[in-house]
Amino acid sequence: MERPLTQHITFPPLDLRAYEAVGGYQSVRKALKDMAPGDITALLKESNMKGRGGAGFSTGMKWSFVPMNVSGPKYLVANADEMEPGTFKDRWLLEGNPHQLIEGMIVSAYAIQATESFVFLRWAYKVAAVEIHKAIKEAYAAGYLGKNILGTDFSLDMHLHTGVGRYMCGEETALLNSLEGKRATPRAKPPFPQVSGLFGKPTIVNNVETLCYIPHIINNGAAWFQSLSHTNDGGTKIYGVSGRVKKPGAWELPMGVTMRELIEEHAGGMQDGYKFRGVLPGGASTDFLVEEHMDIKMDFAGVAAAGSRLGTGTMVVLDDRTCPVGFVHNLEHFFAQESCGFCTPCREGLPWTEKLLLAIEQGEGREEDLAMLASHAKMMGPGNTFCALAPGAMEPLQSALKYFRDDFEQHIREKRCPYHA
Amino acid sequence: MLTTSEKEQIEKEIRQVPVKKAACIEALKIVQDHRRWVSDEGIQDVADILEMSTEEVDSIATFYNLIFRQPVGRHIILLCDSISCYVMGYKELHQQIVQLLGIQYGQTTLDGRFTLLPNPCLGTCDHAPALMVDHDLYRDLRKEELENILAKYT
Repeated sequence: MERPLTQHITFPPLDLRAYEAVGGYQSVRKALKDMAPGDITALLKESNMKGRGGAGFSTGMKWSFVPMNVSGPKYLVANADEMEPGTFKDRWLLEGNPHQLIEGMIVSAYAIQATESFVFLRWAYKVAAVEIHKAIKEAYAAGYLGKNILGTDFSLDMHLHTGVGRYMCGEETALLNSLEGKRATPRAKPPFPQVSGLFGKPTIVNNVETLCYIPHIINNGAAWFQSLSHTNDGGTKIYGVSGRVKKPGAWELPMGVTMRELIEEHAGGMQDGYKFRGVLPGGASTDFLVEEHMDIKMDFAGVAAAGSRLGTGTMVVLDDRTCPVGFVHNLEHFFAQESCGFCTPCREGLPWTEKLLLAIEQGEGREEDLAMLASHAKMMGPGNTFCALAPGAMEPLQSALKYFRDDFEQHIREKRCPYHA
Repeated sequence: MLTTSEKEQIEKEIRQVPVKKAACIEALKIVQDHRRWVSDEGIQDVADILEMSTEEVDSIATFYNLIFRQPVGRHIILLCDSISCYVMGYKELHQQIVQLLGIQYGQTTLDGRFTLLPNPCLGTCDHAPALMVDHDLYRDLRKEELENILAKYT
């Protein structure tokens, strides 16, 4: 089985010479010398590459919105602000093969004719910061970055920006505000960043895993990309499992493996003495799936049909000895804390749900609290808030109320948490 | 007042951006690197060099959880309190740290050695529970290991 993204991951990562020796930077030669920018965007569209950051939007489509016949700066940003709780896939790519990201960024920047690029890295990824800094320096020295790359007309600068916290920075327009030195609050769309992004100039923000895939699609083509997958969503995907499983970890697997395969085979099944109750399939802001969904295919359409989202593809397992109310309270505490406070439903609603959940968990819940929680889930749903933070926060809550309702009711009835005897 | 070194570093950042203001977060990081935290005076210093109001600089400084607007200890403990670490028992680690150091979240030990802060997901969920002390990441932690880990930081 092919594992294009992770095949050359080592710790410490390959330096530039070693990376070139395994075929690294070939796609830069091919793209800059043999392909027009529009060819690359067309190839991405043909491959049906869907963004790996969580939303699953077509990468080629996203790029195609960048105006091509304008002068002045354009920007490409790698979103390496991996902060979705339960997600640890980009860390692997960043620490284990930074040149792959840089190569993908150069080709992507060429496709949209960007003049400057940024890696927006979260503060906590200290090892990644050192490795990326080193790799960018090597790429400049080898002539892959800077003026007239490989003797062509194309020039590109690259900067590493490390953040200072806040989940909101992962939202692309908030990320751009942060790169401009401002508070990371989201911007109104339209205009979309592709037209008016960083400093008001056309900008593309892509997830690390997406950008790391670009060299492989350039080298091997759209049909190859499609052939890697079990489903219509092409390629391989980095999946991960954490929680009370025997072998938590991350694996690069064909897009569309089943949840059962991931949990039982790759993660080794549940730890002794723990039973599976549910799972957040793609990070903290995705709806719970339960036992009956074990055989769904983990691609964008498959998880959506089961009522959740593929999200980041890294799942968190809920076991039978962890309280579902406490679990959801932990999530809502996170979202309430990370709300930027810009729009009222999110700023006021999230702390309210957090308080209700804490009261229930501590045995002080009332019967009407469940209806109130359900109403919050609706009021903060899609379309009622400025950005996707609160709707994302409501996904695990609304699905917990559906699948673990008995637990909520037992807490209220017995005025205590049955998991803390 | 900014020291010469702070000023030089901030001016270098200003040269890299199209408008001065855009260097605000970098400037705050530089001041914090030199002084461990950003005091009211630090906010004023950044405002002056970037030609911004102190209110605007403070609104940015207080937005980001890793810009410290209160004095902190020589070492910062960031304990992950997000979902995978919740499932894997970060609360036990929390209790143990509280017991060992006698401080709650947001507090600094009397000797100025440690500040304890909660931190959202550190992105190492397959090795939960986890925490960072300064730049060092510790994973797959058991509470019994904490005493030896903390002893490394003086």
